[in-house]
Amino acid sequence: MSTHPIVEARDVVLSFGETPALRGADISAAPGEILAVMGPSGSGKSTLLHCLAGILLPASGEIRFDGRRVDTMNETQRSTLRRDRFGFVFQFGQLVPELTAEENVALPLLLGGARRPAALTKARSWFERLGLGGLEHRRSGELSGGQAQRVALARSLVTAPEVLFADEPTGSLDSLTGEQVMDLLVTTAREQGTTVILVTHEPRVAAYADREVIVRDGRVNAYVPEGVGP
Amino acid sequence: MSVPLTLLGLLDREPSHGYELKRDYDVYFGRGKPLPFGQVYATLGRLARDGKVVVSEVGPGVGPDRKRYVITDQGATEVETWLAEPVEPEPHLQTVLFAKVVLALMLGRPAEQYLDSQRRAHLRRMRELTELKRTGSLVDALLADHGLFHLEADLRWIELTGARLDTLAKEVRR
Ligand SMILES: Nc1ncnc2c1ncn2[C@@H]1O[C@H](COP(=O)(O)OP(=O)(O)OP(=O)(O)O)[C@@H](O)[C@H]1O
Ligand SMILES: [Mg+2]
Repeated sequence: MSTHPIVEARDVVLSFGETPALRGADISAAPGEILAVMGPSGSGKSTLLHCLAGILLPASGEIRFDGRRVDTMNETQRSTLRRDRFGFVFQFGQLVPELTAEENVALPLLLGGARRPAALTKARSWFERLGLGGLEHRRSGELSGGQAQRVALARSLVTAPEVLFADEPTGSLDSLTGEQVMDLLVTTAREQGTTVILVTHEPRVAAYADREVIVRDGRVNAYVPEGVGP
Repeated sequence: MSVPLTLLGLLDREPSHGYELKRDYDVYFGRGKPLPFGQVYATLGRLARDGKVVVSEVGPGVGPDRKRYVITDQGATEVETWLAEPVEPEPHLQTVLFAKVVLALMLGRPAEQYLDSQRRAHLRRMRELTELKRTGSLVDALLADHGLFHLEADLRWIELTGARLDTLAKEVRR
């Protein structure tokens, strides 16, 4: 890939107390690329995602978005970046229970300063294509897991983010619903030119990506010869 | 499963007699189906003819058991190439993968790297099938799904084996 990376981490180190989570992780994604991040449980995938997204700050190493250092920004700058340029979707949708489905989708637009009627109109336009027509006014408690997850996906994409951070987005879904969610995620990301960092341990989900990297013991694609060599 | 390559792999550990190769083959790879002596010697004969092994010494007495076989550079290169090259990602290749992993560990080769390239080959094939599913008809999708689920089963085995390599290595090395 010849273009410069839109998201990049170099030699990132981070521990939770005594527990090392990242030990010199390197990763980069090209603009518009869908990158699957795989690896065993506890290897540091979510931690790496949170570092790339400017949610966690590494102890050392560099995080860049579009060439700019993220790890040296202050909290206000980072939250603006997250709100305006990034989208997020996690294993359990994390919808706001007090809001209706359409209000949940409109939320990032409202937080970004859009006026309510405009934001709701834009939010509604997502429901039909997600197979959610008619569910606009339901609250999250009145949606099935798969429906809630699609609403969460719409919410993460409604601002046409430059980067979508997805952590096990199909983790709580059955295979068919999981596939619908992935198909939608990939189709929309391609249309919008959104770069996707997709954390998953499921090969069938990773197969939707352009490329995969493996996180092992806090490093990316690290090959550990101990115990294998002569 | 490739008997010639597996025997060649066993010879890559150390020079051996035919009966030693048969014994180790049966223990690690036979799975209740012992290799007939006739096949062992026929295979060794072909390997010798093709320059992959040579007979190092012939002991006293008669019969094929007098011969001790040594792998040649050509044979060793062939084992190396076979181990490092990912297997064509088709369903039901577990026994080949299994043989490769066990031999790689016996020979102190980077089994984890081999598993990594196998994983890459599998995921590449899974991407092709996923693309076919997304762009093709429902019938294409059903067929692609069949392949995808089988490849996924292989991958689960690859993951689990990867996590157990250290323990496995202790068990198969002497
Ligand atoms: N908030 C936290 N406090 C303490 N330790 C943590 C915290 N978050 C993660 N860890 C530890 O850091 C390591 C990496 O965790 P991380 O959540 O990044 O793994 P993961 O690869 O996402 O795993 P999984 O596939 O199970 O989600 C683990 O050892 C984990 O126990
Ligand atoms: Mg995680």
